[in-house]
Amino acid sequence: MALSPSQRNAIDSVVLPIAAMAGALLLFGLFIWFGGKSPVEAWTLLFKGAFGDWFSWQNTLQRAAPLMLTALCVAIPARAGLVVIGGEGALVLGGLACAAVPYAFTLPDNGVGTAIVLAAAAVAGAAWVALAGVLRQYRGVNETISSLLLSYTAVSLFKHAVEGPMRDPASLNKPSTLSLSEGIRIGTIAGSDIHWGLVFGIAACLLLGTWLFFTASGFATRVVGGNVRAALIVGLPGHRIVIAACAVGGACAGLAGGIEVAAVHTNANASLIAGLGYTGILVAFVARQNPWAVIPVAILFGGFGAAGSLLQRRMDVPDASVMVLQGFAFLLILASEALRGRSWFPKRPVVPKVAPNTVIKANA
Amino acid sequence: MTADLVFNVLIAVLGGAIRVGTPFLMVSLGECLTEKAGRINLGLEGVLVLSAMAGFGGAYLTGNVWAGVLIAGCSGALLALLHGLVCSLPRVNDVATGIALMLLGSGLAFYLGKPLIQPQAPQIPPLPLGDWSSSAQVRSALQVNALFPIGVAIAALMAWGFRSTRIGLVLRMAGDSTDATRALGYSVNTIRTAATVAGGFIAGLGGASLSLYYPGSWNEGLSSGQGLIAVALVIFARWNPWRCLWAALLFGGAGALGPALQSVGISSGYYLFNAVPYVLTLAILVWTCSPSRSVKGMPAELGVTR
Repeated sequence: MALSPSQRNAIDSVVLPIAAMAGALLLFGLFIWFGGKSPVEAWTLLFKGAFGDWFSWQNTLQRAAPLMLTALCVAIPARAGLVVIGGEGALVLGGLACAAVPYAFTLPDNGVGTAIVLAAAAVAGAAWVALAGVLRQYRGVNETISSLLLSYTAVSLFKHAVEGPMRDPASLNKPSTLSLSEGIRIGTIAGSDIHWGLVFGIAACLLLGTWLFFTASGFATRVVGGNVRAALIVGLPGHRIVIAACAVGGACAGLAGGIEVAAVHTNANASLIAGLGYTGILVAFVARQNPWAVIPVAILFGGFGAAGSLLQRRMDVPDASVMVLQGFAFLLILASEALRGRSWFPKRPVVPKVAPNTVIKANA
Repeated sequence: MTADLVFNVLIAVLGGAIRVGTPFLMVSLGECLTEKAGRINLGLEGVLVLSAMAGFGGAYLTGNVWAGVLIAGCSGALLALLHGLVCSLPRVNDVATGIALMLLGSGLAFYLGKPLIQPQAPQIPPLPLGDWSSSAQVRSALQVNALFPIGVAIAALMAWGFRSTRIGLVLRMAGDSTDATRALGYSVNTIRTAATVAGGFIAGLGGASLSLYYPGSWNEGLSSGQGLIAVALVIFARWNPWRCLWAALLFGGAGALGPALQSVGISSGYYLFNAVPYVLTLAILVWTCSPSRSVKGMPAELGVTR
């Protein structure tokens, strides 16, 4: 097979993740089977709950919206060479900022108000993740660890604010902030239960993909991620690019939190801490840090999330079963990297009849 | 009155340093062992959660707490083995694999541990080191987790092993130079995988300390990043087992601050005090790390502070 390296790479990028996902489903089936349940039923329910009918599609797309944005929080810094896994913290703070703005200012009860709260969410997320970038660039602190520590700190701040200074006294059993007013909330797309956040997610993926692949600054970001020294030699501002990439990623995750608050929960409460940031890491890795590929992958994992509750109800398995599936998927996707670029059908090695250096003596 | 209050908080923090610090100690020793061989295992967070569940389940089912501790260690070693094997494949990033294991370990623990949230398992017996004192606070503070001296022993063993045994030398060589290891005919992957598995076992003991001593029950929020803090602690401790011990005690103390203040009636800002260990870790990382030099004592093949 004569394939150019780029064709080869493109095919690998599609075939390997699909094979790994199939392997993960197989392992998950085995796991369910060891627990004394029917794997076939589990697979069927996974499909039904995710993509079986219009109702489950709507559920899936609802859940895919924040995943697209939190995946961008991993994918964009990754393109600049950083493994940032603190998207959860940026999301939580974004949600908090979105709920906090109406405490401080009187907002117009219309789309302008929505834009303001979402902007606050994006800024909060951007600042949080950019901090990890700054620490990495100026102090050499590993960004994977620092972003996760920041994430736990953000969750503590969130809980403190929601249970303390920002608590709505009327929220008795479940501490929450005041609800956003009707006009500020994000509504649903006409004829469905899907909120407009999905459009934000898709638009962000498309825009950032286009930026990454078709603009000069996007190219510069990829150069920094590919080889920092090369980037510095050609005079690219490496520090600024890395921090900006973190900020953009963080803004996306913050926006995800803002949308969850403005469209789903209508106030900030503990339901926001649902691990969407962590699933986003997985989505980004499966999409191989490609913003466009994030869209279908986020829909797939949104589907798994949607099917989880159906699985739990019908088969009486714990709700963590989706986490197990995701864990298998992540591990196999990473392991499949080892197969990248290998030929699928190993050719029989051509053994020269005579070693090239051998001097063949003429018959004396 | 205020002096009394401060004394009580200090005593509680001191006791908490040992109580809360034991899992930190175990995980950071496990990570230290793994990193000395040149591999990072961020998955120890997952190991901690899974082994806490397995240890609790083991102690509950067998009725013997030490069987539970052993099961915790073995389950940690198994999950770490997975990390070791996957990382041995070509072109597989160990940081990303660690994140995957974090997810898988938590998923497996939450899934299998669902029936364990209610029951009570036998607990690790405390060592009453404070019985000489007549003060109740001092006594309760010095009720030491029996795993703590085991941890100290492991730290001593590791420090001695790294310095003066053949295994320790080979391990350090694998961490410092892949080429030198190959040249002497050792398999780098085998050494690193073995170190990862042993590290997973030690970290698993930390998990047992969480579910079988303090807080002493199994629930899903049990670990909340403690495994990860321990990974950062190793950088702070400059890959030295003895320093891991002091670092773990420092962090145990920081982690005990919130509960200690709550016990004397200061409960406002409870969640902010919970954030202290994370912020402290970050501050220490900022202080220890520097972009211009690699941290002193770091195994050369390691990428975590690059």
